[in-house]
Amino acid sequence: MAARAARVTAYAALPALYALHNDLWLWDDPSRLLGLPVGLTYHILFTAAVVLVMWRLVRVAWPGDALRKLAARSDGAGGEETG
Amino acid sequence: MTLAVIFAYLGAVLLIGVWSNRRLAATGEDFFVAGRTIGPFVLLMTLFGTHMTSFALLGASAESYRIGIGVFSLMASSSALMVPIVFFFVGTRVWAVGSRLGLLTQVQFVRARWGSDGVGLLLFVVLVLLLLPYLLIGVMGGGVVLGQITDGAAPSWLGSLLVSVVVIGYVTSGGLRGTAWVNTFQTAMFMLLGAVTAILIVASLGGVGEALDRVAESRPELLVRGEAIHPLRLLSYTLIPLSVGTFPHIFAHWLSAKRAATFKAPVVLYPVCIAVVWIPSVLLGLFGNIDFPGLDGAASNSVLVRMIGLYAPDLLAGLLGAGVFAAIMSSLDSQSLSLGTMFTQDVVRHYRWGGDLNEARQVRLGRLFVVAVVATVFLLSLVAERSIFALSVWSFTGFASLLPVVVAALYWRRSTAAGACAAILTVIALWSWFFVRGIGNPDYSVGGAGIMPVAVVFAGSTLAMIAGSLLSRPPAPERIARFIPCAR
Repeated sequence: MAARAARVTAYAALPALYALHNDLWLWDDPSRLLGLPVGLTYHILFTAAVVLVMWRLVRVAWPGDALRKLAARSDGAGGEETG
Repeated sequence: MTLAVIFAYLGAVLLIGVWSNRRLAATGEDFFVAGRTIGPFVLLMTLFGTHMTSFALLGASAESYRIGIGVFSLMASSSALMVPIVFFFVGTRVWAVGSRLGLLTQVQFVRARWGSDGVGLLLFVVLVLLLLPYLLIGVMGGGVVLGQITDGAAPSWLGSLLVSVVVIGYVTSGGLRGTAWVNTFQTAMFMLLGAVTAILIVASLGGVGEALDRVAESRPELLVRGEAIHPLRLLSYTLIPLSVGTFPHIFAHWLSAKRAATFKAPVVLYPVCIAVVWIPSVLLGLFGNIDFPGLDGAASNSVLVRMIGLYAPDLLAGLLGAGVFAAIMSSLDSQSLSLGTMFTQDVVRHYRWGGDLNEARQVRLGRLFVVAVVATVFLLSLVAERSIFALSVWSFTGFASLLPVVVAALYWRRSTAAGACAAILTVIALWSWFFVRGIGNPDYSVGGAGIMPVAVVFAGSTLAMIAGSLLSRPPAPERIARFIPCAR
């Protein structure tokens, strides 16, 4: 149950990041944060946040089982496949 | 001095490529996808190097010079988000299916998924047509950069020729393994040199704060997004990096991974690579307004080279030239190899031209096609106009809009060949419609509302995929099982 909740949270972070990428509230803000224009600092921090979310996604939602099933050469197929 | 550094760098790149030839087994799988043996670090570096073109160094600084800090949100942080998502959800599954079925190209992938030769052929034509201008931009970029760095002393054809010959040398020598090794070296080069260049120039300007104050005095609008970027443009531009999911050269690198877990490093660390390359480029472009105000059009593309000439001549100019060549060649090599793979596997082998292809003949043909592709692109570069550079975003639009086909193949059991065909035809129709209207206008948006054409073409492609699939007969369950695992 806890693992499922962690997976759902990790997946839910992706659309949240997509929304946060559109920082309309900083559009015309000329102030500085950490020595850089705040609009630039925000997106550098955003990039750092993406790293954390991806790290979490890989830890709790890695589709290992699905990939193992897909990659298993149980049918002995190889070479060109055209159906 | 500048040329000596560039020649030394090109020599080193060729050596790595030729050295990788010692590991080459004479099989198609080894030549075209490195025998599926690439580890996490090389996969990360080669994926990043292949995806980033010279635009990340020269084009980003030029865009930042023109429109300011907004270029980072538009092109860098959007890629930092979307590209790892595509690696996670699409790349890993493509690798799993590809390694199981022994696939080498996207066309083989769709043929295997839907059992349709027609969809494969249609996709082959579209991919080749979208990739050719991209290759041309790389070869021409080599000429332009050499001309800028040597202040016009070296003709542009010489730079294009150098790039072409070196790429042919190491790609035909080491196949995808050689390409991946060289790309790892080249990616490290342009990341390191970009950072060193930025540190030296910013120090000469008195530090970041001082330089920003000077920009704020003359061009305060560059320190905000303001009028330069429409909010809807930012929203829709986020779809452009989805093109990474359908680039043939990225597809080939995915297939070269040793195991599924190899993807974890690229998924997590790709945004770090983006930040390392783009932050210096954007800042340097911005600071170019201090010493070189008022550059417009093509002149603004050389703002980074001008700054290096002013603050750090000779050795650094040569090193930066090497870094830009690295960025150009690390994309061009994989693109030319992927086209060589497609012609060998999807045309000659698939249609059995000249009978069955044994492993040795596959490798020989692959090499021959790489030489033919690069030589053809070099000859085209001699007659093509500079306006070809405007084609890059159109090429990305086409690739991004094909992503629904790949996603449907991997995740939607009900998807069919008719749906895929409808989606590809919709991309062709809508892309052509917008291309005719927008090619002369770099700020073109749908109805002038700020929405990038990619948003409409992508939506059209998705709807066509759904409608075409639902209106046709469902595929056989055993075919689906090879691509989509059962939930149980």
